[in-house]
Amino acid sequence: MAGPADIELAAVTKMYGPVTAVDAIDLRIPAGTYCCLLGPSGCGKTSTLRMIAGHESVSDGDILLGNTHINDLPPARRGTAMMFQSYALFPHLTCVDNVAFSLKLKGVAKPERRAKAMELLNLVQMDKYAERLPAQLSGGQQQRVALARALITNPSALLLDEPLSALDPFLRVKMREELKRLQRELGISFIHVTHGQEEALALADLVVVMNNGKIAQAGTPREVFNQPRDAFVARFIGGHNVLAPRDGTGGRQVAVRTDRIRILPDGSSGGTNTFTGTVRLVEYQGPMVHLRLSAPGVEEFAITITEHAFFAAPHDVGDTVTATWAAEDMHPLAA
Amino acid sequence: MTDRAESLPAQRREGAVPRRLDKRLDRGRLAAAIAPYLQVAPLTLTFAIFLLIPIATIIVVSFWDYDSIRVIPDFMMLNYEELLTSSVTWQIYLNTLKYAVLTWALTLGIGFTVAYFVAFHVRSLTWQITLFMICTIPFWTSNIIRMISWIPFLGRNGLLNSTLLAMGVIDQPLEFLLFSDFSVVLAFVHLYVLFMVVPIFNSMMRIDRALVEAAVDAGATGWQVLTNVIIPLSKPGIAIGSIFVVTLVMGDFITVRLMSGGQSASVGLMMANQISLLQYPAAAANAVVLLFVVLMMVALMLRIVDIRKEL
Repeated sequence: MAGPADIELAAVTKMYGPVTAVDAIDLRIPAGTYCCLLGPSGCGKTSTLRMIAGHESVSDGDILLGNTHINDLPPARRGTAMMFQSYALFPHLTCVDNVAFSLKLKGVAKPERRAKAMELLNLVQMDKYAERLPAQLSGGQQQRVALARALITNPSALLLDEPLSALDPFLRVKMREELKRLQRELGISFIHVTHGQEEALALADLVVVMNNGKIAQAGTPREVFNQPRDAFVARFIGGHNVLAPRDGTGGRQVAVRTDRIRILPDGSSGGTNTFTGTVRLVEYQGPMVHLRLSAPGVEEFAITITEHAFFAAPHDVGDTVTATWAAEDMHPLAA
Repeated sequence: MTDRAESLPAQRREGAVPRRLDKRLDRGRLAAAIAPYLQVAPLTLTFAIFLLIPIATIIVVSFWDYDSIRVIPDFMMLNYEELLTSSVTWQIYLNTLKYAVLTWALTLGIGFTVAYFVAFHVRSLTWQITLFMICTIPFWTSNIIRMISWIPFLGRNGLLNSTLLAMGVIDQPLEFLLFSDFSVVLAFVHLYVLFMVVPIFNSMMRIDRALVEAAVDAGATGWQVLTNVIIPLSKPGIAIGSIFVVTLVMGDFITVRLMSGGQSASVGLMMANQISLLQYPAAAANAVVLLFVVLMMVALMLRIVDIRKEL
């Protein structure tokens, strides 16, 4: 299948016996989108991906790729390609044979399929390692080969199951850039399952936060981060304090970004939007300093302030401080 | 030593402690030097007593002379000459090879299928263990009993023939069922198929299931998954199973004797006969040749498959 295409999920449901893993989700992923399915483990994100890939049957609902209804098509005829979490490279084949595998199955002649495979190895900068076995490669190199193998089928969408989770932090950031670059170059959709919000925010055009088999929120990273729909999204995406309902919020919980909170100088009193608590943790993070306060009845209140502001008026664990924020920084959450 | 004796008074004057320390250090160094040898000693001794000495004995005896009542220490090639120039030897070796090849092919086919079924089509671990236990049931009795129990089943007036006659499928008892190559190979397959199932199953259980999915994702049909992924990755198990089966069949004598009713011969049977005639040196020469042949076969199999991955 050639060219990018939209992916549409309509009321897609996955049941394992009596357990509903994915609960009637609707989602539209425009062609050429980098989409991250984000959520805690067991939220149904991997099941959703595997249903799109065709490695899991769809209990109910429809999956469309372009104008094709792909529910009942075998994986290879869907126009999708999957990159597995453990990369699943064939240990008995060299890199180039791994990449050429699908062409071999189609009966493409050896010189031709190896030439095409070399082209893809080139794309992921692994052409030097063409004759090596997977066991002789590092994790990052294996991942590049797996990527090349998935892309050789010219998929309309590439499905990635936690592709970065097996890598060390430095490599993860590097591969992240690489994935984004490839996606832009190829212009196809990438659907990337992850439980790391940082990864999702950095990569995605469309972040889909999932919880308990449902989509909690779908939107651009900025939307999701600045306007989390409910307390779950606000907590999962991080960088927010979820506060109890207050005056003027219509009885709804509110989210306040931790970096919009100021610490009042000792002795001064703020307006209505204040929180007084004891400092439980001070974490130096380079450009920012992270503080955690607690007060009776509130287990956690986080503040992120710039290093500069913190050291202008430093606080230690055990100090009592009062924090304040502007009314417009309060974002009401859905119940 | 003389050095130390000369320096003794000097040391005593300085005090006894340095000297004692020196001795202890010496002892420590000695212990460190012999420790590795002590560590490998048990295995070396086991191998020496149960493998090297018996083989060395057989090799030595194979050059001895004998008459009808005794063996005579000697060094002569006659045993080998007689063995290798006799057409009977060659026929028996060919016959044994035929049994080995037939048994190998059948146990491989059956063993691979069973292992594949249990490893890939039985989903729950409980069922896998249960089915495996069922496979081992024949091993709860001795070899001989398992073989003999075929006789009333396959015999001229046995269960199978009388059933087929009663059903009207045949009107003459089938003669080839018992005391034939058929019954010999049947018994071999029955006895040794598990030696093929277990290593192949073991290899298959190590295959990452994601590899099968990845192959399907790349467009592989069930058959292509089998030939492109599962068979190549089961090769070490196939090789180990093949070594078991081939070496067991090549060395067997009791199965051939019982199941062929004395109408066929194998190398093992030939040796057994020589031993019963007190021709120990001839049997020893035969054993050395057989050992060589089997080692060559094993070497060939190991050349085809890199077994190290499995061990």
